[in-house]
Amino acid sequence: MSVTIYVPRDSSALSVGAEAVAGAIAVEAARRNSDVILVRNGSRGLYWLEPMVEIETAQGRVAYGPVAMKDVASLFDADFLHGGRHVLCIGPTEKIPYLQKQERLTFARVGITDPLSLADYAVHGGWKGLRAALAMDGATAVKQVTDSGLRGRGGAAFPAGIKWKTVLDTSADQKYVVCNADEGDSGTYSDRMIMEGDPYVLIEGMAIAGIAVGATQGYIYVRSEYPHSCQVLAEAIALAKAGGYLGPDVLGSGKAFELEVRKGAGAYICGEETSLLESLEGKRGMVRFKPPLPAIAGLFGKPTVINNVITLASVPTIFANGAAHYRDFGMGRSRGTLPIQLAGNLKYCGLVEKAFGVTLRELLYDYGGGSASGRPLRAVQIGGPLGAYLPEQQFDTPLDYEAFMAIGAMVGHGGIVAFDDTVDMAGMARYAMEFCAIESCGKCTPCRIGSTRGVEVIDHIVSGLEREKNIALLEDLCDTMLNGSLCALGGMTPFPVQSALKYFPNDFRAAPKRKVA
Amino acid sequence: MSEHEQDRNAVISRVLEERKHQPGALLPILHGIQDVLGYIPREAIAQIAQALNLSRAEIHGVVSFYHHFRTSPPGRHTVYLCRAESCQSMGANQLVEHAKAKLGVDFHETTRDGAFTLEPIYCLGNCACSPAMMIDEEVYGRVTPKRFEEVVRTVKEAA
Ligand SMILES: Cc1cc2nc3c(=O)[nH]c(=O)nc-3n(C[C@H](O)[C@H](O)[C@H](O)COP(=O)(O)O)c2cc1C
Ligand code: SF4
Ligand code: FES
Repeated sequence: MSVTIYVPRDSSALSVGAEAVAGAIAVEAARRNSDVILVRNGSRGLYWLEPMVEIETAQGRVAYGPVAMKDVASLFDADFLHGGRHVLCIGPTEKIPYLQKQERLTFARVGITDPLSLADYAVHGGWKGLRAALAMDGATAVKQVTDSGLRGRGGAAFPAGIKWKTVLDTSADQKYVVCNADEGDSGTYSDRMIMEGDPYVLIEGMAIAGIAVGATQGYIYVRSEYPHSCQVLAEAIALAKAGGYLGPDVLGSGKAFELEVRKGAGAYICGEETSLLESLEGKRGMVRFKPPLPAIAGLFGKPTVINNVITLASVPTIFANGAAHYRDFGMGRSRGTLPIQLAGNLKYCGLVEKAFGVTLRELLYDYGGGSASGRPLRAVQIGGPLGAYLPEQQFDTPLDYEAFMAIGAMVGHGGIVAFDDTVDMAGMARYAMEFCAIESCGKCTPCRIGSTRGVEVIDHIVSGLEREKNIALLEDLCDTMLNGSLCALGGMTPFPVQSALKYFPNDFRAAPKRKVA
Repeated sequence: MSEHEQDRNAVISRVLEERKHQPGALLPILHGIQDVLGYIPREAIAQIAQALNLSRAEIHGVVSFYHHFRTSPPGRHTVYLCRAESCQSMGANQLVEHAKAKLGVDFHETTRDGAFTLEPIYCLGNCACSPAMMIDEEVYGRVTPKRFEEVVRTVKEAA
């Protein structure tokens, strides 16, 4: 009997050698006349164990990791094909505490299935949501999304149902569904994991959105920094089309939905929805004034649903299991689950999908295992480069959009980047300004010029030049950017800067006086 | 016209033919050209302008807006080092200094032997394995200075 072996082809797993491991397993199996089937799955998101190899046994899957090419022969010697003991053996995958404690709805299949196998997808509950949506009229379908309480996972947390309803209620000869797969925030990778690890769930979510609001064309705008994601999506779309899940007659319903991947070109601002639409139209990614909302006049001036990857990928489970099932996870007005991404200086960086309400401390220590360096954690940044830096005394904040707002922070896309006590917070504040200067679309003066001035002022402060005066100037500059910018790039770059100043003032002293601790 | 120029023009014409009818065709066209030629030659701008009925200034405005597009040929390989926060928290700044010293170039420059162009990049979605880099389209994680040197050597020898 042949044995099934899983080796991820997720780009992060590949980045630490998964391709070489897969190759070595194939060679070794052939040499020993072992009958194996090699499946290239997505990553389970336990990145400190990647490349993580799994073996299908009668008792379920058994995991080994992190596996290097040089370990492969000894794994065969230890009879890992039958779950044999070996120093790299983690035991049954499903029993790993990191995974066991999660609530995976959107990520239910990631790491389990072959991302491109339509059969695998169907066996694991795929297309159920789409079938349910096809049996509803548009208003009923949109109401499902509203009732689920789903809010946009791309940053602004706007209720998805309201957006969809606006598009449904606006009449037009053509409507669009656009997936925002720009994922430019540092510390975030859940969009990438979905695109590479379970692309059909995104395709299904977009098809449901199209059927619900009456849009027949969809675009996925993927950042150029993600070549692997582009490739997997293009293959998945072709296969879904051939299988009748996309095209002029979705599942024989008589309804059409076409889908295309479009590649960005390395501009952070193109994650902002109106600038993304400009880019899709073939222009410079300059932010548009709102109104009109994209839901009324979006891509090529037509009503457009624009949602983040995770928002759209959460839709199939809502349609397959009911709005109430999804809504029952979470707290307050933050319903359902959030794929949280642990990054930076943590021992166990990885993806944790949990209902809203889990605290930062649980995430950083119970899941993340504390710092990778073994030193105390000093600051965490949440919600990407525009997110505030939080010190230890805020670690008991529960993950909830409103609770974060209350402490001047944001959940954003759910990326958490941890820093140990060697971090220089004035340096991080300077980087925030520098990043804004590099990525500004240039439309407003406070953002375009203010960010460059911000870098200079911080340089003056840390070199001890008229410190008090320059700190006042920096605060004033932050205020101007906050109030005078058209979009959140200029408007929120002050958040990391102000929070660094507020919680870590000693870092903003001239270098010799700093860091005696 | 040299053979090289003929080839280049053939690529540009083919890409234009394939993609100019798509809605919002400009980015797909620029990608199509850069994927093959490695950059957007000046001649392409005029041809695209004609095919899409736009001014050359408009095309130039788009090309210069996006960090990904370049108007001069890069080295045989492009090394993208991640400079974003997660990678910084795991030592990216030191890695950047090391890489610049080893390759003998600054960002946006090409090594003297034409092997590598060094570019900054802001997150590769590989933050769980920081610090990260990408060479051409391959991503590398947990990059120490030593691993950097090994990878660069291997890539160069493979060419
Ligand atoms: C500067 C800036 C960058 C953004 N980048 C992204 C991004 O990379 N991905 C994303 O989904 N949303 C991003 N957004 C948010 C989008 O503008 C928009 O809110 C989102 O696409 C809406 O989808 P959602 O409601 O499903 O979140 C960004 C916003 C701003 C202001
Ligand atoms: S705040 Fe900055 S990025 Fe946003 S519209 Fe203004 S200039 Fe452009
Ligand atoms: S911050 Fe470097 S890969 Fe994300």
